[in-house]
Amino acid sequence: MQAILALEDGTWYEGTAAGAPGETAGEVVFNTSMTGYQEILTDPSYAGQIVTMTCPHIGNYGVAAGDTESGTPKVSGFIMREPSPIASNWRASGSLRDYLVHHNIVAIGDIDTRALTRLLRSAGVMRGVIATGQMDAGELVEKARSIPTMEGSDLVRVVTTEQAFDWPSAPPTASDPTVGELLLAPEREAQRHLMVAAYDYGLKWNILRRLAAYGCQIRVFPAMAPAQEVLASKPDGVFLSNGPGDPAALPYAIENVRGVLEADVPVFGICLGHQLMALAMGARTFKLKFGHRGANHPVKRLDTGKVEITSQNHGFAVAPDTLPSDVKVTHVNLYDGTLEGFRHRTRPIFCVQYHPEASPGPHDADYLFREFLDAMESR
Amino acid sequence: MPRRSDLKRVLVIGSGPIVIGQACEFDYSGTQACKALRAEGLEVVLVNSNPATIMTDPEIAERTYVEPLTREFLTLVIEREHPDALLPTVGGQTALNLAVELAEAGVLQKFGVELIGASVEAIKVAEDRLRFRDAMQSIGIDVPVSGLARSYEEASELVKTVGFPAIIRPSFTLGGVGGGIAYNIEEFREVARRGLELSPVHAILIEESVIGWKEFELEVMRDAADNFVVICSIENVDPMGVHTGDSMTVAPALTLTDKEYQRMRDWARRIIRRVGVETGGSNIQFAVDPGTGRMVAIEMNPRVSRSSALASKATGFPIAKIAAKLALGYHLDEIPNDITQLTPASFEPTIDYVVVKIPRWNFEKFPQADRTLTTQMKSVGEAMAIGRTFKEAFLKAIRSLELGRDGVILTQPPTADEEDEASLQRELVVATDRRLWAVFRALGRGWSVDQVHRLTLIDPWFLEQFAQLLELRTQTALVGFRELSADLLRTLKRSGFSDAEIGAVVDVSEAEVRQRRIDTGLKPVYKRIDTCAAEFESFTPYMYSTYEQACEADPGERRKVIILGSGPNRIGQGIEFDYCCCHAAFALREEGFETVMINCNPETVSTDYDTTDRLFFEPLTFEDVMAIIDRERSEGADVSCVVQFGGQTPLKLALPLLAAGVKIVGTSPDSIDLAEDRRRFAKLLWDLGIPQPASGTATSRAEARDVVDSIGFPVVVRPSYVLGGRGMAIVYDAAVLDRYITTAVEASPEHPVLIDKFLEDAFELDVDAVADAQGNVVIGGIMEHIEEAGIHSGDSSCVVPPYLVPERHLASIRGYTRRIARELNVVGLMNVQYAIKDDTVYVLEVNPRASRTVPYLSKATGTPLAKVAARLMIGRTLPELGLLEDLQPTGVFVKSPVFPFARFPGVDTLLGPEMKSTGEVMGGASSFGSAFAKAQLSVGQRFSLQGTAFISVNNDDKPALVQIARNLADLGFRLLASRGTAAFLRAHGLRVDTVFKVNEGRPSVADHLVNREIDLVINTPLGRESFFDDRTVRRAATMHGVPCVTTLTGAAALVSAIRTLREQGLDVRALQDYYAGITQGI
Repeated sequence: MQAILALEDGTWYEGTAAGAPGETAGEVVFNTSMTGYQEILTDPSYAGQIVTMTCPHIGNYGVAAGDTESGTPKVSGFIMREPSPIASNWRASGSLRDYLVHHNIVAIGDIDTRALTRLLRSAGVMRGVIATGQMDAGELVEKARSIPTMEGSDLVRVVTTEQAFDWPSAPPTASDPTVGELLLAPEREAQRHLMVAAYDYGLKWNILRRLAAYGCQIRVFPAMAPAQEVLASKPDGVFLSNGPGDPAALPYAIENVRGVLEADVPVFGICLGHQLMALAMGARTFKLKFGHRGANHPVKRLDTGKVEITSQNHGFAVAPDTLPSDVKVTHVNLYDGTLEGFRHRTRPIFCVQYHPEASPGPHDADYLFREFLDAMESR
Repeated sequence: MPRRSDLKRVLVIGSGPIVIGQACEFDYSGTQACKALRAEGLEVVLVNSNPATIMTDPEIAERTYVEPLTREFLTLVIEREHPDALLPTVGGQTALNLAVELAEAGVLQKFGVELIGASVEAIKVAEDRLRFRDAMQSIGIDVPVSGLARSYEEASELVKTVGFPAIIRPSFTLGGVGGGIAYNIEEFREVARRGLELSPVHAILIEESVIGWKEFELEVMRDAADNFVVICSIENVDPMGVHTGDSMTVAPALTLTDKEYQRMRDWARRIIRRVGVETGGSNIQFAVDPGTGRMVAIEMNPRVSRSSALASKATGFPIAKIAAKLALGYHLDEIPNDITQLTPASFEPTIDYVVVKIPRWNFEKFPQADRTLTTQMKSVGEAMAIGRTFKEAFLKAIRSLELGRDGVILTQPPTADEEDEASLQRELVVATDRRLWAVFRALGRGWSVDQVHRLTLIDPWFLEQFAQLLELRTQTALVGFRELSADLLRTLKRSGFSDAEIGAVVDVSEAEVRQRRIDTGLKPVYKRIDTCAAEFESFTPYMYSTYEQACEADPGERRKVIILGSGPNRIGQGIEFDYCCCHAAFALREEGFETVMINCNPETVSTDYDTTDRLFFEPLTFEDVMAIIDRERSEGADVSCVVQFGGQTPLKLALPLLAAGVKIVGTSPDSIDLAEDRRRFAKLLWDLGIPQPASGTATSRAEARDVVDSIGFPVVVRPSYVLGGRGMAIVYDAAVLDRYITTAVEASPEHPVLIDKFLEDAFELDVDAVADAQGNVVIGGIMEHIEEAGIHSGDSSCVVPPYLVPERHLASIRGYTRRIARELNVVGLMNVQYAIKDDTVYVLEVNPRASRTVPYLSKATGTPLAKVAARLMIGRTLPELGLLEDLQPTGVFVKSPVFPFARFPGVDTLLGPEMKSTGEVMGGASSFGSAFAKAQLSVGQRFSLQGTAFISVNNDDKPALVQIARNLADLGFRLLASRGTAAFLRAHGLRVDTVFKVNEGRPSVADHLVNREIDLVINTPLGRESFFDDRTVRRAATMHGVPCVTTLTGAAALVSAIRTLREQGLDVRALQDYYAGITQGI
């Protein structure tokens, strides 16, 4: 079946339907990771976005229960060059196409994704619509222009958990025993019982898997949970998760982070959590032209001078010159010099813009979980 | 950290001659490393015995030694040059082994040379399989169960625990030489024994079989700050059990989940740390059980490799260049990414296309060789192709291989009749060079992907892609050409089908499909290889074609020259031609042209994005080349094309391109064709009054007999239009002639057979010359063959200047060469082969194009002939370039070939008119004897400096033999000779014992050879009667490593070499010293 991708600048591409039939809209972004499409599909940070994979072959190894980052796909739509009709992997439980159809994700294949990526790179990310069947491209362009922009959008409300829950108690979905042995061994395990309270702004499960691997118990709270409620659980540390959309559009979350920061507890933030921490400290965020989405971004750790290859997924960034003087920059992106992490000069509070939990991507920054553990244990 | 300031002078060791398992990828890597070191202000001292390399060009290093790669010669170089450091990681296994030898002999310590890039300890841990296994186990990394055996008894004990099938890997051999798989104890006995013998340390590893598991490679880099990046993941389509050099491979890995891939990446980081490669690149291989996901580490190469060259070409990330910089102390984040300019090299390339590499074998040249693919590499070259999808890249790779009829994969004739199920199954189960074609036949017959997977263990994902191609074929055949819709045509092109392949499916000509495609508005676009999947702007026009929407070629209006490369390496068309293509590019760039390279060989310097202004990594077919030319001239640029340098591959395209209106510079394609056309060419020589062997052309057995009736036996027979003597043979009688005509080449009116009188016991010579458009001709050199007539020039050792040739003959040769060049209107290079017999100079063959000897002669004369030729082709004249007289060699230089026989047990090692060597070395000195000795040492020939010599020569040679025999006797050799030769020598007062020839009785000379009672053989051809006798002697000599010379020139050289080795030893001399006094800069 035919499908069309139309963009707000009037560009449109004809392809073939590769997922559920229908129409979808969102901000069109690209991801340069060559593996991990299922993790990307299910990463709640992609809520509201249509993701283009630059790697041409997608779906080759199918889908597996253990490769999900949140139970179900969260992207608004999916763009590929060459979707695979079959799944070939010992862990696969089904094909990508069936998975997309089952979860009602509209996807398009047969697209010159490189041309699209070059367009997004030079013009910046833009709004777009994918529609299957015989559609009028002009109308779809108009639709793309009418959807709300990402700036000012609170997408966290859409993806955060409704109820607090514990991890790793009753697994929230069918577990995949094969994942276990594929996981990276932790640098060490907790010396004592540690409880982490995690704010879920669109939390990737691999963060929970990593914390659990290090021996932590985690209680996951909805984004709207007041700081007092979170602190009342007497956590050894508070974790601020990744999530979708514009951090500046989340005043409630910023307020709660401010409350947490005032308490005497180690705090670790990733991605949106990092941005919220910055905003809570009075810094500002801004939208990047086309964001960082991929698994190959070099980040320099300033204290050791070492380079980490990182997993990234963000469209907004923190302006480093707006950070307060009581924090110091710890990590910098070597591609464009943007801020990748900072830490409080005296208190156990730190955060990174990128994804140390990887999934997909390299494990180079896994030590950050150990540092969080160190911070919690040394209290 | 900026680079170390304490290093000023670095020794780089090259990989020596091209052999199976170690080819021109090390010229690519080594050249890059040398350039990178010099760009940092260091002085480079280079040693490599292979003259056909760009790295041995005198401008690549401060000091260039084309000398044998042995510890002794390296020591001499170190002694003379006093380098601060040795970079051993860019010259393959050869350089690593030498570095270890030099370190262990204390040479490095004595002269204060620091090993950079890899320590001896790291090399040993990586290379010694047992230590590697132990190292892996010590960090908890899973490896196959294994053990080391130093004797057959130990081996047979071990295999009881390892079980069958068992993998046998000899320690410290190249490309897995001597390794194998044993499924039962009998096979085990054979492979284990051979492995023990071939291993320089007489040790073999016996290993649990992971045959059939998925095989992956990671190309990784690490810097002194412990930064680690993966440059490229490579998946082997052929599962474990087939050497990766013999596997079809694909990048990136396509069937790994992120979790599996990251686990592999984590392991790779731990492995490189544990092995201790502190800076540089490594290749790490893994096997994954497709059923359970269990992963094991297989091996690691602590150096650049064939795979790293492939990874560099596949990603645009120059691994060798970066490795050289890391060895100097830079960190990855201090080195910019050339392609994006703004981002650092400390990242992992991500690619938005698919790269497929398929090896190219030359089994047709070794009919007795076992074509089964195992852990020992057998291919001689490879083609790489890039497409947006696997299907597209795969079909492009197949057509890049230039296999002719054998390459047809989609439209193989239905085989139901002649091929029964059982034999097809067998072809699928046993991996050979033809298995891929069997896979297509099986799927084409309707066998399911599952069924084919069970038989081949190739991942179903790849098989599914193949099935999709066949499905498209079927669909297209059903529709037919008339009804072929624009949509279907687009789908076919997007899936990689060539116009010719579509034509074959619907039974119309390529031209018709091409016309339809153009009418439909379908043409390829060009995408760039940019290391980052378009995330950043790229500044390096490195491109591939595909059928998509947006084109990034951006061709511009500058006048440009397109250089057609030589495609995958094969015997007869190897690195020499790539060398010439590169030189043409360098010269034309200096002349102010924009240079454009088209080639599909990932091992080469020509496909380095630094070599030309624009690089198209594309198959060398008319369709692919013409599309590039059309695109390149689309902005109005003046575009011309060079076809003279890449061997037969571009020549085949010359006439079609000319017909399509492409401007071809240099010698006209018609002249090239004239020289190839035996009838036209014979007439030309006749008109010029130049002697040539009597000849004729036959298209049938009867015609062949008629030709031979008039010219007489023996004759040389060959198919028309061949390179490397493919299918050539010397025929002594009618029965063999009949067999040749009817079965070997299937002569027909379209494929005539050329028959030349064979000039027995002639001297043969090769000449390379350059000519300009005004008729000036400069002879680059006259090379005298050291082997007897009838051996392909590529397989013959030769020497410049000629040694035993009277001046009057040299004068004839020079005169003939000039007349032929002028008559053919040669503009550029020309190669002529001559024979001297009965005091007459004959022309055997003329090739108005770059020849295999151009790099060697360029090195010998200090004049880059290919660059000169390129300049002449665009209108410069020889006087303008300051070339007024024939060139003179700057010393005595001997070129010797190397052969792959050790890899093909049971193969006839005899030389003949069909070329069998894979590469060459050069020995230079001030005397013939020393130069010959060096060349022989470089190819690994061992000399006995005393002992027994066997001599048997023909009557013509007898007078000149006396002095040689006397010299041998003076050196203390005992002389053995055949009856006639012995009598003659005795008559001249020499003490000689007589020995039986092979057919005279026993013990014969062959028995003595087998018993190792003979240390050298001088055996010049005795004509028809003894043809087979001679062959037996030479085969026995070759098999036992006894030097065997077949001309008196060779004999004199050998004797003089022995004298030199005994009396004064050998010295080393840099090319730069040979060239002192020669004007450079051409």
